[in-house]
Amino acid sequence: MDKFQIQSMNLHYGKFHALKNINLNMQKNKITAFIGPSGCGKSTLLKSLNRMNDLVEGCKITGSLKLDGEDIYGNMDVNVLRKRVGMVFQKANPFPMSVYDNIAFGPRTHGVKNKKQLDEIVEQTLKDAAIWDELKDRLKKSALGLSGGQQQRLCIARALAVKPEVLLMDEATSALDPISTGKIEELCMKLKNEYTIIMVTHNMQQALRVSDYTAFFLLGEMIEYNDTDTIFSSPKEQKTEEYITGRFG
Amino acid sequence: MREYYDVELTKLNNELVEMGALIENAITHAVNALTQKDIEEANLVDKIEIQINQKEKDIEAFCLKLILHQQPVAKDLRLISSALKMITDMERIGDQSSDVAEICKIISKNSYVHNLKHITDMAEQMKQMVTQAVNAFVTKDVVLAMSVCKSDDIVDELFSKVQCDMIKLITEDSSKGAIALDLLMVAKYFERIGDHATNIAEWVIFSITGDHKLSGK
Repeated sequence: MDKFQIQSMNLHYGKFHALKNINLNMQKNKITAFIGPSGCGKSTLLKSLNRMNDLVEGCKITGSLKLDGEDIYGNMDVNVLRKRVGMVFQKANPFPMSVYDNIAFGPRTHGVKNKKQLDEIVEQTLKDAAIWDELKDRLKKSALGLSGGQQQRLCIARALAVKPEVLLMDEATSALDPISTGKIEELCMKLKNEYTIIMVTHNMQQALRVSDYTAFFLLGEMIEYNDTDTIFSSPKEQKTEEYITGRFG
Repeated sequence: MREYYDVELTKLNNELVEMGALIENAITHAVNALTQKDIEEANLVDKIEIQINQKEKDIEAFCLKLILHQQPVAKDLRLISSALKMITDMERIGDQSSDVAEICKIISKNSYVHNLKHITDMAEQMKQMVTQAVNAFVTKDVVLAMSVCKSDDIVDELFSKVQCDMIKLITEDSSKGAIALDLLMVAKYFERIGDHATNIAEWVIFSITGDHKLSGK
């Protein structure tokens, strides 16, 4: 079942044609990886999925992007969209407040005031993000004191706290050590039972290890999209072959 | 980009070509030992077999190093994984050539009491299969590799004819039972070498196309 359906999508930043005629359906409860050299448009497409490009001056999108069949650039409330489609960035960006308040921030914004209910959300979310055991005794401490890997997993937990349906990850492990990266990859594998995950990564091995489907982008075009095993064993397109084998890009 | 990696892959390719040449040599000398009753030819097979075994170990270690260092994907992964499979078949061809040579050492003292035509036809056919499988790898020729796979049926048919020859031989003269069994063993080794050549051709097809089904087997 498709979570996102993208048809004939074009995106311009002013005169620059950043995404060209993208047609792509992404399945529910699967991990889809976007790969491609820097500047190919993969992060731009990722950000379009929860309208993070709305505030970029000169950004113009045509075509159709649907979430569960509903046009996300139509009448959908952008706050509702971002509650349904959470995002984690390359650099961990915890709020300068306690671990607890970082997680509770989203639910509070969406109207949850009850202390007991918030406690439950914080505990369950940190457990879902596989970081409860590490942080349960530090809930009132500043999130800024955590390690980089812990901060990033806290950000994932924060995104999960508002019960999204989709998690967008923009190079979410590129600044982390292998242990922290491994923990987040394990987390993704666990989370995909309940969430749809779309990740941008420059790490080919990570795309191979974690994702079910991979889309390869080049100069604003989607060159190839297939199940990950096929892309990395027998890609159909020469450009994909050259990129993933490290012979250009 | 990745010039060092490409040099390493070329080296792997060359190593496989060298191993291919060794097995072709082993087969040629084994067939010569049979048809010419030449023990020296049989002894040569033993020497080549040692080289084949060493080559298999070297290529295997090299492939594992490439996997560890380069984390290959796509056609690189297919080449390296196919190489690992092909060298096993090549090594078995070396073993079976050596087995044929051992039998030849024993039976060379006897006069072959029957027409060897079907066995020598088998030898020619499977030799051609091995040569073509190696050539298909060198020239990346899928069509040639597919023709090798089809040729296996010819070797199998010839083996059936040799079986009939041997049954006839024993029926006509029961004292020829031992030589008939030895010759049947030789034919069986040739038939197995044909199977290994087919396997090699199938891996050549996979390494080029990523598809196992094209061999038609």
